[in-house]
Amino acid sequence: MVDILQQIINGISLGSIYALIALGYTMVYGILRLINFAHGDIFMVGAFIGYFALGSWNLPFALGLVIAMIGASVVGMIIERFAYRPLRTAPRISLLITAIGVSFLLENLMVLIVGASPRSFPQSIPVDIYNIGGLILTNRQIIILLISILLMILLQFIVMRTKIGKAMRAVSQDKEMALMLGINIDSVIAFTFALGSALAAAGGVLVGLYFNKIEPYMGVMPGLKAFVAAVLGGIGIIPGAMLGGFILGIAEILVSAFISSTVRDAVAFIILIIILLVRPSGLLGKYMREKV
Amino acid sequence: MLSIKDLHVYYGGIKALQGINLDVKEGEVVALIGANGAGKTTTLRSIFRLTPIVKGDIYFYEINLTKLPSYKIASLGIAHVPEGRRVFPNMTVKENLEMGAYLVKDKKVIEKNLEFVYNLFPRLKERQKQLAGTLSGGEQQMLAIGRALMSNARLLLLDEPSMGLAPLLVQEIFSVLKKINEEKITLLLVEQNANMAFSIAHRVYVMETGKIVLSGPTEEIANNEAVKKAYLGG
Ligand SMILES: Nc1ncnc2c1ncn2[C@@H]1O[C@H](COP(=O)(O)OP(=O)(O)O)[C@@H](O)[C@H]1O
Ligand SMILES: [Mg+2]
Repeated sequence: MVDILQQIINGISLGSIYALIALGYTMVYGILRLINFAHGDIFMVGAFIGYFALGSWNLPFALGLVIAMIGASVVGMIIERFAYRPLRTAPRISLLITAIGVSFLLENLMVLIVGASPRSFPQSIPVDIYNIGGLILTNRQIIILLISILLMILLQFIVMRTKIGKAMRAVSQDKEMALMLGINIDSVIAFTFALGSALAAAGGVLVGLYFNKIEPYMGVMPGLKAFVAAVLGGIGIIPGAMLGGFILGIAEILVSAFISSTVRDAVAFIILIIILLVRPSGLLGKYMREKV
Repeated sequence: MLSIKDLHVYYGGIKALQGINLDVKEGEVVALIGANGAGKTTTLRSIFRLTPIVKGDIYFYEINLTKLPSYKIASLGIAHVPEGRRVFPNMTVKENLEMGAYLVKDKKVIEKNLEFVYNLFPRLKERQKQLAGTLSGGEQQMLAIGRALMSNARLLLLDEPSMGLAPLLVQEIFSVLKKINEEKITLLLVEQNANMAFSIAHRVYVMETGKIVLSGPTEEIANNEAVKKAYLGG
């Protein structure tokens, strides 16, 4: 029992990171109907910005985190501006292929800059281990969970309560109508990329802290899994991405602990297949609204 | 106030508008009628630059709208109640109205406009927390009109506000439109329901396959034999 609880705790830590990445997928999908396959690489870019901010400039963790988030949102906006915006009216498949191209570009650029070998992430927060009735909990797990939840609450507040958040929702529901109300949809879309990229970067820094290792291809697997998490929760639905992330993280850790750690990466894809067969609109999706 | 000059719009091979000329003066209610596919919606959407304009100009006072990006047009004081209402289905009634006031900076003005809209349509106030997608057709039409009014617009474009509504509701909507016009808001009203349109319009344009075929004061158009036959049921 303690064992299962222990694994669930570990799963929640991992899941909160998936959730952070999944949010970017789901927001961009919601507003552009684009699966942004470069999103996992933004997560990687965020981790590296955090790496330099914490390691080379020796900044405190919180500041490094914020710098990584800001840096990644700039990268996200640049990608949107120069790779995706020119294709706004192009067939969706061109956009998808471009996203894959951007993904390769980011990975290879990073290899060019830092080399392909893994680097160990600056350990700016020393590990503390707590033993609560047999449950092992580290301060890093607590920090990861707290930061993730804080960011998700902040995001929810922005999307539901602020003017720009309402504009985001309006644009995702009807772009033309949004235009007719005077909403500059280009800036709203850019803002969406900035938000999603910032969250992914936070995920990247937290992964660096948790797993202590980063490299230019680190975004590929978490990116795919976060995408599955977004689909699981219902793509385009923000609370769905959070739910999907946590479920995926917990499922993955449980399977690797109690079945076999070699199939750990397969869990996400088995879940993807099941959800597509049983409930393609996702756990929180009521129906698929395809735009004409 | 609004002046459309020699407007041509082609959708690929389909020549939807072939030289439209249309004027709206301040304070007027102008009706644009015509059969399905005549090009009425295309005309209204062109004002917001949402159509492929091949030739022609659209002036709002001295400003040439065909030179502006779509999102700048609302700020001049034009609002659109589009065909099919197009409320934001997953936002509440109140949020929809707030989106209408997206360009209004002054919170007090927004409050005042909200009050005005809720006065015109008390039903919207009752349902302000409800998602717009769950409203009935008539309520969605009220919401679309209310949303347009939230922006302080001086010119309202309405695309078939009576479409799909029960006669009683149509009466209600039109009496509100009349009230709106009395508040010095100018209306350009597209309708298939010519009877209702004539009941509030000062002037009428009649459109057929991309061209204006007739225009004049409402009494004159309403007594035109061809119009009676085609649009007024004999
Ligand atoms: N987006 C579009 N693409 C191609 N053809 C269109 C489009 N919108 C309208 N049309 C065509 O343009 C003509 C005028 O349509 P519309 O302006 O909707 O007429 P109305 O509002 O008077 O019914 C019709 O022949 C219609 O099929
Ligand atoms: Mg029409």
